Amino acid sequence: MCLAVPGQIVQRHGDVAQVDFQGTRLEVSLVLTPEADSGGWVLVHAGFAISELTESDARKTWDYLREAGIDGAQGGET
Amino acid sequence: MTSSSLEPIRTELAQCCARIDREVTIMEVCGTHTMSIFRNGIRTLLPPNLRLISGPGCPVCVTAQRHIDAAIDIAALPGVIVATYGDMVRVPGRRGSLESRRANGADVRVVYSIHDALKLAAGEHERTIVFLGVGFETTAPATAAAIREAYARRIDNFCVLPAHKWVVPAMLALLETRDVPIDGFLCPGHVSVIIGAQAYQPIVERHHRPCVVAGFEPGQILQGLLSLVAQFERGGSAVDNVYEAAVKDEGNPTALMLLDEVFEVSSAVWRGMGVIPQSGMEIRPKYAHFDALKRFEITLDVDEDPAGCLCGQVIQGKVMPQECRLFGEDCTPLRPIGPCMVSSEGTCAAWFKYGRPGTRRASKPPT
Repeated sequence: MCLAVPGQIVQRHGDVAQVDFQGTRLEVSLVLTPEADSGGWVLVHAGFAISELTESDARKTWDYLREAGIDGAQGGET
Repeated sequence: MTSSSLEPIRTELAQCCARIDREVTIMEVCGTHTMSIFRNGIRTLLPPNLRLISGPGCPVCVTAQRHIDAAIDIAALPGVIVATYGDMVRVPGRRGSLESRRANGADVRVVYSIHDALKLAAGEHERTIVFLGVGFETTAPATAAAIREAYARRIDNFCVLPAHKWVVPAMLALLETRDVPIDGFLCPGHVSVIIGAQAYQPIVERHHRPCVVAGFEPGQILQGLLSLVAQFERGGSAVDNVYEAAVKDEGNPTALMLLDEVFEVSSAVWRGMGVIPQSGMEIRPKYAHFDALKRFEITLDVDEDPAGCLCGQVIQGKVMPQECRLFGEDCTPLRPIGPCMVSSEGTCAAWFKYGRPGTRRASKPPT
């Protein structure tokens, strides 16, 4: 599915980064968002950041996902 | 956004629809929208003359049976590991499913990201990892990135079964067949992150149907519907974007360049819709080594959809799930017959899970 969830970049190492999804950390590729950097917020789909976000927009989306009971760090879907 | 904060948009939507003297049909193209509409009870908030129909926006559902069958056949080959996103595993093919192949000893692994499949290949020299490249523009750039990386690092035991698709040509095809009346499109949020809001311009120019990009929260969906209906009321048709937090007019240029580097635009077969020109992504000759169809010399079968299954019509909005004779009785999420019941975002699965009483087919009378 085409759901992407926001996360915060903890630390960038080259094209990959540790990204925090409200407590769950996953390795995410930043190859599609070359300007994203540590501390920034990104929208992540299937292990790839597809867009940068502002913190306020990221938090709004998180609030919705939490209300809807969607686990933001879930993956493994198209 | 709480339900009370939705009230002003809902009121405006009701007032706008009250000024229109006929039914307005909006197609939500994305499976994630479909699920959000059900989960949040959006239909119960809509005026009676505003009708929502689901479109070809569930990646697994639109994948032609020939690709499903090819994936299942590849899983049976010796020395192969099939890596896939989870929602492909239970889709029934002509010869079982990936799940049943796995029960019979095939190595089928669910991965979170194609990157995991590439890592698997880099550490596993004896076997070939075949990744099932299913999904729209949101997912395809990740596949392109992995193929480019495999090429650069010479990870030769990795390849992809290519079945990625472009959404806009399918939307155009739906309008061109004129089988389903569509007055406007609620456009997919995360596909649009990649392709950009301006990608819907051909729909507006050629068919004069408004297209509005929206996110997945209830407020976004209602805002998108309001923009569509307001355009319809004044006879306008333009592209609007209410999801500016993530979607730009031009999309994600890095992702689009990567797609262009690895894939060339081709025709593609869609379930129930046949061949749609310019809707496919074929791996370019430079990267042909990573094309599973070429590597295993696979000729795709003709499509033989499950008997009685109407998924091909459901994804075009031609029939509602409960009009299918199999729905809810022979075909359920536990024992799915067609892909729209398998995928968590399939229209049939959504209607089965959230459909209001009275919308399911009545049980067969006792004999």
